[in-house]
Amino acid sequence: MSILVDADTRVICQGFTGKQGTFHSEQARAYGTRLVGGVTPGKGGQTHLGLPVFDTVADAVHETGATASMIYVPAPFAADSILEAADAGVEVIACITEGIPVLDMVRIKAVLAQDYPEVALIGPNCPGLITPDSCKIGIMPGAIHRQGAVGIVSRSGTLTYEAVAQTTTAGLGQSTCVGIGGDPVGGLDFIDCLARFADDPQTELVLMVGEIGGDAEEAAADYIRAGYPKPVVAYIAGATAPSGKRMGHAGAVISGGKGTAEAKKAALRDAGVHVVESPADLGTTAARVLGRAPERGAV
Amino acid sequence: MNLHEYQAKALLSSHGVTVPEGLVISTDTVSDMPDSLPESLNGTWVVKAQVHSGARGKAGGVVLARSEAAVAAAARDLVGRRLVTAQSGPEGLPVDQVLVEPGAEIRREFYLAMAVDRERQRVVMIASSQGGMDIEAVAAESPESIKRVVINPTVGLQAYQARELAFAMDLSGTQIREFVALASRAYETFIRSDASLLEINPLAELGDQTLSVLDAKIAIDDNAAYRHTALWDERDVNQEDPAEREAIDHGLNYVSLDGDIACMVNGAGLAMATMDLIKHAGGRPANFLDVGGGTSAAKVTEAFKLILRNARVEAILVNIFGGIVRCDLIAEGIIEAAREVALEVPTVVRLAGTNAEIGRQMLSESGLNLIAEDDLATAAEAAVARAKQHRGADA
Repeated sequence: MSILVDADTRVICQGFTGKQGTFHSEQARAYGTRLVGGVTPGKGGQTHLGLPVFDTVADAVHETGATASMIYVPAPFAADSILEAADAGVEVIACITEGIPVLDMVRIKAVLAQDYPEVALIGPNCPGLITPDSCKIGIMPGAIHRQGAVGIVSRSGTLTYEAVAQTTTAGLGQSTCVGIGGDPVGGLDFIDCLARFADDPQTELVLMVGEIGGDAEEAAADYIRAGYPKPVVAYIAGATAPSGKRMGHAGAVISGGKGTAEAKKAALRDAGVHVVESPADLGTTAARVLGRAPERGAV
Repeated sequence: MNLHEYQAKALLSSHGVTVPEGLVISTDTVSDMPDSLPESLNGTWVVKAQVHSGARGKAGGVVLARSEAAVAAAARDLVGRRLVTAQSGPEGLPVDQVLVEPGAEIRREFYLAMAVDRERQRVVMIASSQGGMDIEAVAAESPESIKRVVINPTVGLQAYQARELAFAMDLSGTQIREFVALASRAYETFIRSDASLLEINPLAELGDQTLSVLDAKIAIDDNAAYRHTALWDERDVNQEDPAEREAIDHGLNYVSLDGDIACMVNGAGLAMATMDLIKHAGGRPANFLDVGGGTSAAKVTEAFKLILRNARVEAILVNIFGGIVRCDLIAEGIIEAAREVALEVPTVVRLAGTNAEIGRQMLSESGLNLIAEDDLATAAEAAVARAKQHRGADA
């Protein structure tokens, strides 16, 4: 089992024939993802990477039965692509694109909430999601993942890979890893993913990677405190970031003492979460919590 | 992208918000006597330094002038200077323009602002009867004096919401209608300009009880710059940190800090985590530097140059998680860059992911001052230890 996607998930790529879309479609297929086609308006009827190209997402869904989409279209057109996928009935939409204007996302969120409440949007500005050995939708390196017990949800990109590699090294593996993205306005949040991991029998422990800014980690702490059924290990990046300075992610801005790493860690600890101070301790801590001796070895 | 006060007011005005008549005096025009000052009813003018910082008044950046000659003198004094404010850092910010506006009789000062609230994922408008001061202090001391409304993007700011703010600000009579119109037009300005922040502080009640936009701050979402090319072209790049600006030109994300261990990392989250590790090992980071998730040799070279401009740097920690990018290619880039910049500062390189072992071997065999590590915590400890040694050698 897993959450959101598995070996049977039929996936399409929006922005299929572009450079990014082409590269990551090839990678996804090589990993074993059931990629069934792609969308590039105006190129419908052509074949790309041996797969059909469609003009619209509606055509692609109708012809292939796809239920998931990965979006690699440039930022000015990405908001439109998200809504096109939602309107065509796609259930899981991973928007990898970074640099989408935040007010575009404010409008998209409102429309999704009103008209397409069942859609799971992941991102934007995220590495995507992966169920090891089954389905890779995104830009993460597939080789570091192993099928296993840890569900990972993270606001970061390469820091997620760090968490993945450590749980692989520790011999635990992952059920599904979701990179929810670092933008101020986005799709699934920590709570949405925690809820899905709670219902997934394969997931024995959830590893949360947060960062400074916003209050998503504090909200997750409240949710966990109310009786979360599985152990949670967390790391919050940015304890040393000076207040008021931007650290790459638009979301990672501290304002008025709110959203600091210390405040988030305190809230999570108070909710019974195993908070690690050093990002190097994620894998070993997860192994200890699950009562398994960590194995040593290179990834 | 931040706008100057005069640019923010022009933008508000273009969306129908009434702003005081103003005159901009710049480096080019400051030597001439200003020929037509905006009409002043009480014979005073305010001369305001245009810098991307608050707290200008306390820093001497806002001057009250009681004659046309005094306006000219104040302008000559301010233009060309650097203004050090509580928010600007010790080097201060260059004053290339001043804005001259007529003096006003102020009865009350209010605060009005809007921004995207990431908790609610919507634009939120807030107002307070306690304007003219540090709103964060107000929020901390008397949060009940700040009223907020959450705006549904489908319908925009509603009149009842603006009225709620007006009543919370204790406005009355014709001021209510005046405020509702002002708030609606300010919201239009925010949406149509892709602003990330719009702040009117203070919004003043004048002697005749009308409302006046005395100061305004607008920040535009950089991601939407392509929709606002005119604003983008007019931005004042002299207000930005030169190193940070150069970083942006090279596709790097750099923020200078005050420690002595430089770091270079791919990905913002991992970069913050690396800074945390340096602190954890007893050191202090000299910067935040994200070279991007998928990086290249050319970027690594530019990143080294940027880091080494900071004379305080005693050690460098490179932390790359190679995913799509292979570590052997990154190692090649690091070696090339180290040769090109004649790297002397001890540099610890932690490579993980695809082909990490090959990469580490290349670094070790390069004959350069590069220390290859595979473990995150060990790498940070090594960087802190090398910095200490290097500091000792300097002394």
